[in-house]
Amino acid sequence: MSKVLAFAELRDNKFKKSSFETVKAARGVADKLGAEFAALVIGSGIEGVAMELGNYGAARVVAVDEASLASHSNTAYAKIIAEVAKKEGASLVFLPASQMGKDLAPRVGVKLEAGVACDCVALSVADGDVVGTRPVYAGKGLVDVRVKTAIKVFTLRPNVFTVKPEEGTATVEKASVPLTDADFGSVVKEVKVAEGRPDVTEADIVVSGGRGLKGPEHFHLIEELADVLGGGVGASRAVVDAGWRPHDEQVGQTGKTVSPSMYVACGISGAVQHLAGMSSSKYIVAINKDKDAPIFQVADYGIAGDVFEVLPELTAQLKKTLEK
Amino acid sequence: MKVAVCINHVPDTETKIKVSSDGVTIDKTGVNYMLSPYDEVAIEEGLRIKERFKGEVTALSLGGDAHKETLRKALAMGVDKAVLLKDDSVRDSFAVAAGLAAELKSLSPDIVLFGKQSIDYDDAQVGTLVAEMLGMPSAAVVVKMDVQEGKVVCEREIEGGHEVVETKLPAAFLAQKGLNEPRYPSLKGIMAAKNKSIEEKPAAAAEVRVETTALKKPTPKNAGKILGTDKSVVPELIRLLHEEAKVI
Repeated sequence: MSKVLAFAELRDNKFKKSSFETVKAARGVADKLGAEFAALVIGSGIEGVAMELGNYGAARVVAVDEASLASHSNTAYAKIIAEVAKKEGASLVFLPASQMGKDLAPRVGVKLEAGVACDCVALSVADGDVVGTRPVYAGKGLVDVRVKTAIKVFTLRPNVFTVKPEEGTATVEKASVPLTDADFGSVVKEVKVAEGRPDVTEADIVVSGGRGLKGPEHFHLIEELADVLGGGVGASRAVVDAGWRPHDEQVGQTGKTVSPSMYVACGISGAVQHLAGMSSSKYIVAINKDKDAPIFQVADYGIAGDVFEVLPELTAQLKKTLEK
Repeated sequence: MKVAVCINHVPDTETKIKVSSDGVTIDKTGVNYMLSPYDEVAIEEGLRIKERFKGEVTALSLGGDAHKETLRKALAMGVDKAVLLKDDSVRDSFAVAAGLAAELKSLSPDIVLFGKQSIDYDDAQVGTLVAEMLGMPSAAVVVKMDVQEGKVVCEREIEGGHEVVETKLPAAFLAQKGLNEPRYPSLKGIMAAKNKSIEEKPAAAAEVRVETTALKKPTPKNAGKILGTDKSVVPELIRLLHEEAKVI
């Protein structure tokens, strides 16, 4: 009988939303295969928080809880995941395709002699096998992939597999994996948390600005709308290359790929590279002077007007509406 | 300091994807290729490490003859040596990594650099796979690197912030945009690159573990409505977002 294991990522001893998504989706696969299911958490002082996974379909949680694991180490964590997978006899291992998960999955794959299907946006079960669907060319294409090895590893893109908690209880079992100094080749010494707005890849709403803003001094218009909506701030490649905005805000093929509930593109014409990074957003709003701009071909709602006139009005009226 | 940079030759970002008749690969007709943008950042970092610590920078690429164009660009930017690990078959990330790891084993570099991902398959796996195959630590999505005695202190991007990671050498690093501003090859560099030779050898055989069974185009979004041309339609937009889209 096959067994499914899902790794749930903790940051500051709190689960990321993508971990809940991964646990729930992996549990769904286990049910379809008639397989057993367990979740795995790693860290220090985590036994209490591990219980929470009961609300996402994990009746059994394996917790590797050691003081030495308080700081993240990709080398040590990968070893633990692989060792627990072996002990559990897991044939399918799921991780979130978060920055942590993407960093761990290849190492886990090598250790388990497994192939890794990375960044899946859909999973289907057919003939006892799992087919993953993942974006390529920044979302301009989608491929179906099958992992041919006995053990298979999948990572799941955040914000795609939606979840709601349902009351459930989990039994937490402590496990330990012997580690030596050699397992800590790479260790996190400090986490610098960016203040303020949510990251574009995690935000439920993203407001992005492009060249139509005419200069970095006008980006406060983007920030004000983002703040009213509690959203993240994005930017087109043109304005990042021009030095108006930092690299980590760039949305598109050589930047971030985002799929928020709502994406508001302001003064962005919609170059193919930009569309690749944001067209999987659930709703797209575009404000751009040029009614023929390609952004309007993907926008659900468009205003073909002056961003300097429309944007402040939208911010002001939304503020009033949301205050009600 | 011995530095290796692994680079890839990929369709440029303007490319519109068409599915070829095999149903699993893109139609290469009319597609222009380029050095993958993150790999360019990796090359630049390699050159800066050499400028600071002396040593040698070797660029490696695994693929068909077309990859020579990208290796030529690396030479023009200033790398000392270029190696083409020749292979025309379709490889997955694991098989590419295994081919690179086999060559790197004999090269035994102190630092191996990669782009954080190739912009074709966006798999973001090869660099970390190679590191694990070579028993090296690694850091991915790196935006800052400080090479010290026997270790590198670097910063990598995570959701909503940065991690400061200390990594023992030898190690692999996967470069993110923002780590540096890659130089343009100088005219002198371009001329010199023409006279440098690219070493060619067959890539070590490796199994493909992840098989692509179909390539599809995503369902195109239906273009919505243009509500108007000025701020008078803002109330209508807010109503639609609230009542139809239910996002606010």
